[in-house]
Amino acid sequence: MNITLTAPGLAAIGYGLAAIGPGVGVGLIFAAVINGTARQPEAQGKLIGIAWQTFVLVEALALLGFVLFFLAS
Amino acid sequence: MGALVVAEGGAQFVAPGPQSFLYPEILPGVTKPVLQIALAVILVGAFYVIASGRLKLVPGKGQFISEYLYDFVRNGIGREQIAAKDLRPYLPLLLTMFTFILVNNLFGFIPFFQLPTMAHIGFPLGLALLSWVLFMFVGIKRHGFVHYFGKTLFPPDVPKGVLVLFTPIEFVSTFIFRPITLTVRLFATMFAGHIMLLVFIEGGTYFLEQSVIGIKFISPVAYVMAIGLSFLELLIQCLQAYVFTMLTANYIGSALADGH
Repeated sequence: MNITLTAPGLAAIGYGLAAIGPGVGVGLIFAAVINGTARQPEAQGKLIGIAWQTFVLVEALALLGFVLFFLAS
Repeated sequence: MGALVVAEGGAQFVAPGPQSFLYPEILPGVTKPVLQIALAVILVGAFYVIASGRLKLVPGKGQFISEYLYDFVRNGIGREQIAAKDLRPYLPLLLTMFTFILVNNLFGFIPFFQLPTMAHIGFPLGLALLSWVLFMFVGIKRHGFVHYFGKTLFPPDVPKGVLVLFTPIEFVSTFIFRPITLTVRLFATMFAGHIMLLVFIEGGTYFLEQSVIGIKFISPVAYVMAIGLSFLELLIQCLQAYVFTMLTANYIGSALADGH
């Protein structure tokens, strides 16, 4: 079987790798929110607010990768 | 896999990409997104002019919606990011920005529009540049040019040695990356969401057009997925409007704050 690596294929692999980090990061953020809510249910509103703020900072990395995918492919 | 499906008949599947966002010109220089953004300007402007023109003690439906939005932006976004004494002058901007982005994003969900305007990078870029110029202007106006950049780049409580690392990073992240990430965040989420819906809908249509009966049965699955993802997109569209406004408020608030 003959596999040729094209630019879009490589870009897709690259984006897949680049999405790992933000994925772990977003998971950690919301894990912390769930943890905090379980410990102190009345703090949920405040925690969710902070979570969205940090979530967007982490998400920006994944989105930069997404844009680079289209630039590279 | 692609060659296998093609061999069974039917046209080649064309994956949606950036070319899916190119619309023909209706008038010279006027395409669908331009019309949408003009419509959003008219909608938001007319809504607030009418809603604020006849406020009653007992609110009707329109007044309820406008008051709810105002309450959300002031208490949910403004008060959390900007000190209470500075908040008032920036509320109209934040409210307009939130509603404007929300309406433009929701065009991606409303039938017959079906295209989030912010999926074209020019529109979020304009908004991000507005936010960028505004927070620097506000900071310079409040603190003066030297003091504003001084308090941002050389905070007094940072040890002298660390400044070698701190100042370049802070300069890049504050004055260069902020507009870029604001733009890319709004653009890329709308763009990615629209492409994701296109993949499922065009894929469903493609399966439906296949001559083999067994393959046709896959297409309802794709359509159901598309409907479900539309509602996920609805959530993301509202969230991105919130996030953009919140970050703008955060930048203004941090520019106004006295030292750290």
